[in-house]
Amino acid sequence: MKRGNTPLLIFILVLFGFCLWVILPGNGIFGRDEFKLGLDLKGGSHLVYSIDLTKKDPAQTDADVIEGVKNKIERRVNAYGVTEPIVQTIRNERGSFVLVQLPGVKDIDEAIKLIGQTAELDFKEIVLDAEGKAVLDEEGKEQWVIATAKGSDGKERELTGKYLKPNAQVVLTPQTNEPEVAFEWNSEGAILFEQITQRNLKKPLGIFLDNQLISAPTVQAVIKEKGVITGLNLDAARTLAIQLNSGSLDVPLTLVERRDIGATLGQDSLRKSLMAGIIGSAMVIIFMIAYYRFSGFVACLALVVFVVLNLAVFKLVPVVLTLPGIAGFIVSIGMGVDGNVLVAERLKEELRRGRTLGAAIEESFRQSWSAILDANVTVIIAGVVLYLLGSRLANFLVMGFAITLLIGTVLSMFTQVVVTRTFMRTFVGLGVAKSPGAYGVLKQ
Amino acid sequence: MIDLVGKRNWFFLISAIVIIPGIISLAVFGLKPGVDFSSGTAITLHFDKELELSQVRQELADLGYDKAVVQPAGEGDFFVRLPEISAEETAKLKESLQTGLDTTITISSLYSVSPTVAAGTVRNTIIAIVVASIGILLYISWAFRKMPNPFRWGTCAVVALIHDLIVVVAVFSILGWVAGVEIDALFVTGVLAVVGISVNNIVVVFDRIRENLKRGVSRDFEVVVNYGIIESMGRSLNTGLATIFVILALYLLGGTTTHSLVLALLIGIATGIYSSLCIAGQLLVVWEKGFASRKKVATSTV
Repeated sequence: MKRGNTPLLIFILVLFGFCLWVILPGNGIFGRDEFKLGLDLKGGSHLVYSIDLTKKDPAQTDADVIEGVKNKIERRVNAYGVTEPIVQTIRNERGSFVLVQLPGVKDIDEAIKLIGQTAELDFKEIVLDAEGKAVLDEEGKEQWVIATAKGSDGKERELTGKYLKPNAQVVLTPQTNEPEVAFEWNSEGAILFEQITQRNLKKPLGIFLDNQLISAPTVQAVIKEKGVITGLNLDAARTLAIQLNSGSLDVPLTLVERRDIGATLGQDSLRKSLMAGIIGSAMVIIFMIAYYRFSGFVACLALVVFVVLNLAVFKLVPVVLTLPGIAGFIVSIGMGVDGNVLVAERLKEELRRGRTLGAAIEESFRQSWSAILDANVTVIIAGVVLYLLGSRLANFLVMGFAITLLIGTVLSMFTQVVVTRTFMRTFVGLGVAKSPGAYGVLKQ
Repeated sequence: MIDLVGKRNWFFLISAIVIIPGIISLAVFGLKPGVDFSSGTAITLHFDKELELSQVRQELADLGYDKAVVQPAGEGDFFVRLPEISAEETAKLKESLQTGLDTTITISSLYSVSPTVAAGTVRNTIIAIVVASIGILLYISWAFRKMPNPFRWGTCAVVALIHDLIVVVAVFSILGWVAGVEIDALFVTGVLAVVGISVNNIVVVFDRIRENLKRGVSRDFEVVVNYGIIESMGRSLNTGLATIFVILALYLLGGTTTHSLVLALLIGIATGIYSSLCIAGQLLVVWEKGFASRKKVATSTV
């Protein structure tokens, strides 16, 4: 046995044992004890909103607006109660976007409304003429104008949702069991609201969300701190409460990309892919052993190490596993035997040339190295470009494939060369498989 | 020993027979773009009762979606492709279909892309393929820097690579008008993976040719290249076979979600094996000596 092989063998076995332990359910380090599944496997919704920066307040910078939008959406999504949501901003030549992933979300339509609405709350009063009668427009409707009042510094201020405390909540009216949103003003809001309710006593006060009238209750008394918004169904009330608490968005958003995946579809796909992976790997193993005999057997041991190492890396990084990602991993299992094939072919040649087994093994690894390296580097180049493309397109499926293909390729170089060689040397050192026939060399 | 280099013009002819109709199909029909590239809304609907394709089509037409493309998607599911519709319209469509067809509908998947997003996808994809090809050209030129004309090796590899890509794209173009197969971001993923994997095969062959050149197997470049190809053949076929096993398993058993990715890989890898054995090295010889075979390749083994 070559010197230094035993420590290497021990290292590989310890690493293998550790990785095997890691991939078992519930095990892991740094709290990474479960595989992370992507949206396509868990089911859920992937939404991309475009941020209309042309509508921003000129005093604000683009970066501030985008950051503000992201923070508010994060608050909305968290309050909505989705597990492990993702909110990311993307800036590219096509504009600025915010990407939201909601795993396992049930009512996607409501979630889309919740996230994308500007949610600007205004209080408006009816325009009155000198006699105190409502001024009607051509269609005979009353006209609403944003209610203003003197603020604490004596300046006229519009009464909007920005003076609300972030503690709005849905309550049910005791008598009718109708949902309503209860809100509280901050000190400035209370000053404004007091004046406005006083002025509008016995008159309707319109509550508008994004310029849509929600309700127009008649003011019964002068109110300072608190109020309720009625006229909503339970879902809408819940959404509004979350939006009021997160604050209104500074610029409008447009939904530009939406991908929903049903949870059953995801589970079904996962099961099918795993099945395909198992059957594909089994075929590779049978083929390798049948064709390359002992070299093939050692290659399969290395393949097992490869799979276990790979899965452990997926769990520990953690890599978000998607369906194309699993496909990438399975493809790398097939390609992962490439180095072994190269070495095994070379070994047959060297044995035919009449070298001793030990010398032939060393020579075949030495000769194959440049091909293994060059071949894998080309896959790595393509994989890196693919990953960059995926992140540019904000396509988690493309990124998912690229990342597992990359990890697979890098790890397979290690298992194809280091692990296979160490196993080979060990077996040969132990005197196993001495005849050239065991390596697929036919008697001449 | 088989003379794969001497028959190079035959191989070029075989490739031409595949590629020229493919290019014609591409020119005439192009590719059938999925929503990623052309924008629109694609929905897979699951109906709680069994329905005929014509019923779903009729109901959609009655609702004003007469441009909808409807295809059966197995197990009582239907795939519906529409111009982009908003979230509210989607919800309304589902409601109307439920009432109209008197059944419960589950949206098993939905993908909707607006024109702004779709426009950038095509451009970014082309850039990515060009960047990957240039990266590979540079790497191979570097890896073969000690050879005379390293750039020539890189170029031949990239030409063989483009050959593979054209075959993949051409097959999808034909499948597009024959079977309605659409190309999406996952197809592009497959194509880019083919870029890496196909060159991988070529590199192994080139590596062997380089080694034989160093060893001085023959003074005739044509003979050296042929030895290199023949010696790598076992490896190319076997690695290719192992890869095709798993990909075939994925294609047949892995579900429909990744079909375009897996199919692109399958075609690309199969073509890649062919081009690494029958095209890439032969191109090197053509560059060195021209198309005509001047001398019969020696048939003895070393």
